[in-house]
Amino acid sequence: MSASISIKNITKRYDSVTVLDNINLHIQDGEFVVFLGPSGCGKSTLLRMIAGLESITEGSIEIGDKRIDTLPPGQRGIAMVFQSYALYPHMTTRQNMAFGLENVKVARDEIDRRVNDAAKILEIDHLLDRKPGRLSGGQRQRVAIGRAIVKEPKAFLFDEPLSNLDAALRGRTRLELAQLHQRLGSTMIFVTHDQVEAMTLADRIVIMHKQKIEQIGTPMEIYQYPVSRFVAEFVGSPPMSMLPINNIENTENGVTVEVSGAGKVTTSITLPTDFSAKDAVLGIRAEDTTLVSTQEKGLDLTIKVIERLGDRTLLYGTLADGTELIAEDSGRSKTKAGDVVRVSVSPHAVHIFDANGLAYHSHMEV
Amino acid sequence: MAESYRRSRWSNGLFVVPYLSVFLTLLVFPLGWGIWLSLNKVDLFGGERFIGLKNYARVLSDPIFGQAVKNTVIFVGVSVPTLVILGLFLALALNKTTKGSSFLRGVFFASSILSVTIVTLIWRIVFIPNDGLMSLIFNYFGWQPIGFLSTQGWSLFSVGVATVWWCIGLPMMLFLAALQQIPKDLYEAAALDNATRWRVLTRITLPSIKSTIMLVAVIQVVMQFQLFGQAQLMTNGGPAGSSRPIVMYIYEVGFLRWDIGMGAAASQILFLIILCAAMLQYWISTRKEEADA
Repeated sequence: MSASISIKNITKRYDSVTVLDNINLHIQDGEFVVFLGPSGCGKSTLLRMIAGLESITEGSIEIGDKRIDTLPPGQRGIAMVFQSYALYPHMTTRQNMAFGLENVKVARDEIDRRVNDAAKILEIDHLLDRKPGRLSGGQRQRVAIGRAIVKEPKAFLFDEPLSNLDAALRGRTRLELAQLHQRLGSTMIFVTHDQVEAMTLADRIVIMHKQKIEQIGTPMEIYQYPVSRFVAEFVGSPPMSMLPINNIENTENGVTVEVSGAGKVTTSITLPTDFSAKDAVLGIRAEDTTLVSTQEKGLDLTIKVIERLGDRTLLYGTLADGTELIAEDSGRSKTKAGDVVRVSVSPHAVHIFDANGLAYHSHMEV
Repeated sequence: MAESYRRSRWSNGLFVVPYLSVFLTLLVFPLGWGIWLSLNKVDLFGGERFIGLKNYARVLSDPIFGQAVKNTVIFVGVSVPTLVILGLFLALALNKTTKGSSFLRGVFFASSILSVTIVTLIWRIVFIPNDGLMSLIFNYFGWQPIGFLSTQGWSLFSVGVATVWWCIGLPMMLFLAALQQIPKDLYEAAALDNATRWRVLTRITLPSIKSTIMLVAVIQVVMQFQLFGQAQLMTNGGPAGSSRPIVMYIYEVGFLRWDIGMGAAASQILFLIILCAAMLQYWISTRKEEADA
């Protein structure tokens, strides 16, 4: 039942303002794809264009082998879960779920069967005769998903569906969505600005930035090999620290970079011969740092703020010239604010970004 | 909490005194006085004499009052549904953000700001025999002219047309306000649910503005039962009392025949009729809602 989705050369303009610029994307049948990006990057617009709620300026969208961007929303074979759920307030749960099927004249007993099945999967069978006003946020969410499931669509679209839930419920629903995807095996597109949702749910993440697709990849590809400084800073918490590079020396195993205020850092990254160190930065994730004794080589960090997360401790500090760096220590760290610690960085785990933000990585295992 | 509780004094009630004094002197007192007058034989120049419910008996046995009640009920029965349906239709048609629709909203609302004298003047010009707009149109097509203001049946109809034209602005605006409260994503969900325009109207739009439809209907019932100016100025209740509403009957009894007591009794009956009509509508709508829930 589910199908692949092809987005070809999609552009969206409002008068002179370009909202999406030449987007190309192929989503496999049964794949869970997350559109991730900051507010205003066009991710919701792209989803709404697939749904048929926004018009397309240029390009085409296909589901399976069929071009659908010329069809009205209801005939595209897709179902959408809205951020605000958009349940019909004067209809019961059952009526909400049955409405779409009644519109296409599905037989009554078939409607009942699908509604009851979906209600059982989502554990909302006891809520079928209630109206949305008498449901909690989490229950409404389930009804909205139920309304999508009963349509047995070729693809599910989710527009930030978890953002109205509290933290605990969001975590649980996330897990249930992952299970639902495994169970139904349907193509799903999920829009979010929450990177945890993206990392945990996605088969592939599409990072969007400034009206374009910045990177497409599995969660770990995106995390370990960000294609640009934007992706590196956007994905990961705490964000990757960026240290300005003064000079670069090529060595046999990679380059050694001289970081202002901290001395030399050895890496296993190979750079092109014409690489310019001007405005280039070295990117270091907190978990790729280790605290070492003062006899060993490393960067001296003056700790300003400490965040104890239980399993690990984040150390926010500055190097000699004031550049900020976030390091990580174990959960039992004794470090206090004001301490000066020596931090060593794994040469394989660092990243270099040129003046345009283009990324270079070491391709050796960390 | 305890402190502020202790500080709550009767003197705080002074804040509501300005409103309360207006409410009591201009609403409660006249209502009570009206009830008292209806139980007395009063004329504008003489004193009062308590006669119990005799005024009510006289009003209820007066065939002219019966005719006025019938006229008013027919008028309300036709004009209120027309106002609700037409108002809703206009609101649905003009619920857009284009310049044209905001201009038309203004046009349709404009009649509401006119006084009854102007409204009736305009419609007299439309309906008046020989030189009126309607007679010009009838002449053009070679049809037999109709005496809109002087024929039984047509006179009340003409008053109704003028009333609907005059009053359509408020229902339209209330419906527009209600329509704009409906979340846009409900319509998007309906589009994804393959709903036809008719299904969207009957299953989403109308249920969403149900309470406003009720509100408009009650307001219009209360307003239209008080029909007076249009009938007085366009037809003077004629011909043969066929367009005389209850309020005009009250006016004639009280201020032309100077029988204030009987006029007051007729007013109380009108008050009861309006109250019952409004309560009935309210009751029907809440009962239906409970059945839905």
